[in-house]
Amino acid sequence: MSAPRTLFDKIWDSHVVSRQDDGTCLIYIDRHLVHEVTSPQAFEGLRLSGRKPRRPDAALAVADHNVPTTDRSRGIDDEESRIQVETLAKNCADFGIPYYDVDDVRQGIVHIIGPEQGFTLPGMTIVCGDSHTSTHGAFGALAFGIGTSEVEHVLATQTLIQKPAKNMRITVEGQAPLGVTAKDLILAIIAKLGTAGGTGHVVEYAGEAIRALSMEGRMTVCNMSIEAGARAGLIAPDQTTFDYVMGRPLAPKAGQWESALAYWKTLPSDPGATYDTEVTLNAAEIEPQVTWGTSPEDVAPISGRVPDPASARDEGKRAAMQRSLEYMDLNAGMAVQDIKVDKVFIGSCTNGRIEDLRQVATLAKGRKVAPGVHAMIVPGSGLVKNQAEEEGLDKIFIEAGFDWREPGCSMCLAMNADKLQPGERCASTSNRNFEGRQGRGGRTHLVSPGMAAAAAIAGHLADVRDLG
Amino acid sequence: MEKFTTLRAVAAPLPMVNIDTDKIIPKQFLKTIARTGLAKGLFYEMRFDEKGQPKDGFVLDQPAYRHAQILIAGENFGCGSSREHAPWALLDAGIRCIVSTSFADIFYNNCFKNGILPIVLPKEQVDMLMDDAQRGANAVLTVDLEKQEITGPDGGTIQFDLDPYRKHCLLNGLDDIALTLEKADKIDAYEARQQQAEPWLAG
Repeated sequence: MSAPRTLFDKIWDSHVVSRQDDGTCLIYIDRHLVHEVTSPQAFEGLRLSGRKPRRPDAALAVADHNVPTTDRSRGIDDEESRIQVETLAKNCADFGIPYYDVDDVRQGIVHIIGPEQGFTLPGMTIVCGDSHTSTHGAFGALAFGIGTSEVEHVLATQTLIQKPAKNMRITVEGQAPLGVTAKDLILAIIAKLGTAGGTGHVVEYAGEAIRALSMEGRMTVCNMSIEAGARAGLIAPDQTTFDYVMGRPLAPKAGQWESALAYWKTLPSDPGATYDTEVTLNAAEIEPQVTWGTSPEDVAPISGRVPDPASARDEGKRAAMQRSLEYMDLNAGMAVQDIKVDKVFIGSCTNGRIEDLRQVATLAKGRKVAPGVHAMIVPGSGLVKNQAEEEGLDKIFIEAGFDWREPGCSMCLAMNADKLQPGERCASTSNRNFEGRQGRGGRTHLVSPGMAAAAAIAGHLADVRDLG
Repeated sequence: MEKFTTLRAVAAPLPMVNIDTDKIIPKQFLKTIARTGLAKGLFYEMRFDEKGQPKDGFVLDQPAYRHAQILIAGENFGCGSSREHAPWALLDAGIRCIVSTSFADIFYNNCFKNGILPIVLPKEQVDMLMDDAQRGANAVLTVDLEKQEITGPDGGTIQFDLDPYRKHCLLNGLDDIALTLEKADKIDAYEARQQQAEPWLAG
């Protein structure tokens, strides 16, 4: 009998095309998501070398980073953004790659639309020139971000040259308390692991609190694996996964569904499989989380205080904390809940799905955004937007004073017109609080959608549990 | 891709931890459809103020380090976004080698695709090289890839580890895609097997 294998081992083994003596492998890539920012140079490379995509049918392209989230009927004002989006459309037409146009209802953030369409399936290898490709690991697919040279490599060969990663298992035991969501779990995990703690690893999330998550929640968790340094996160596929996938436009159809399902059920890690690193957390001890600094590991519970750099583990981290506090204009020791916000951003590949919007609507109903706060809600895709409007969520948002917008990456990275002004402070459901990420001089506090709604209503970082 | 054999150059100190790729090149420079000319965006917010005027003091703008081709950096260099614009910008500014205690995986990988050598060393050795790099124009290091060896300004040497395949590609400036396409028959065979075993993946 062969040795027990992890979910990662199984997906890896089944995708090895060839293996060199030093362990370097050529692995097959099942699906390739493409967006406008990291692909133009790859297509240019194909043209210069006279190569063609090996399997255009295995790719799916969409423009998301640069698209306006306001009325799009007039096109894109910013010339560079417009050229980049037009270049993607042209490249897809030239090379026969399926492309969702900006006006297509299926357009949206690349990591939202893959799962939505059933393009993402368990057991696959999935890549994209985007670090948040880890999102798709929620389906038990090995999904990771790559650079543009590798985008070109995948287009030309449908493979990548890789060495196997190390296995890490993060087990979140117990039940998450009321008001504690997938976002809080992953922020607590990043705080524990540190921003480089997952480097070289693929992380498998396990335990009762993970199993209890919906697919939306699982995607939120896997999405931020990269913020702990891990290129990929994985969650074993189960009935929750199969129920989500079934019936989606690109999912296996009747006739093939049964054999696909039978295969997917063999994917979970074998009993006795071993991991290079094991980490355990207790969900019951996790509160709603916020970030106070400029690294995703700079996390505090909402009842907590901004930490003192004197408490840092080493000199490098102390200097980084000091710099963070200066950039964020915060003092060590102040209560997190005393931090006032100017803006609120709800959306992104981390938290731009229907469940996130429902959570916000529940809290926003009958309440008002605090005076002076601009609170944006950007759905992750056209289909998420339609679904929300069918449920009447848009009316609740507008009534409460939220700004309901068109789908895209928006102020997660501020490549379009949505950005923070210098000194502005934002409670954001996105994934990175780096200096300047949401606009030069902008200050980002990462939170869950519920916590973002609570901040919008209170005008400062606030405990969602107090809203009842 | 340009070969990397030996490099003798000034090393600039960048003693910050967690330098993310947003910091290496911010978003406004990602709108290009070219891979050259990105040096103007390198470490932009540390080098230019909000009006685009040069700020004083950033290490690569100091006369002694203007021609630096090596960076000595704090841990977890290149974390965050997968943007290959980060190594493109570094390369465009003349940087061919970066030394740190650790790199984020995607950035590390991207370096090799562009003829940049990222070197991982234990903290004591990075600290030593950081001290060397503080000597301005005298902070000249020699990096010999074949020997996997760094020679400091005082003649002391440090050995470093490197994956043999990556070393081979870098030394010879090899194009990954051409190498992979030599295995086209193996890819064909894989696809034929997969079509049998997992027909629902046909797309």
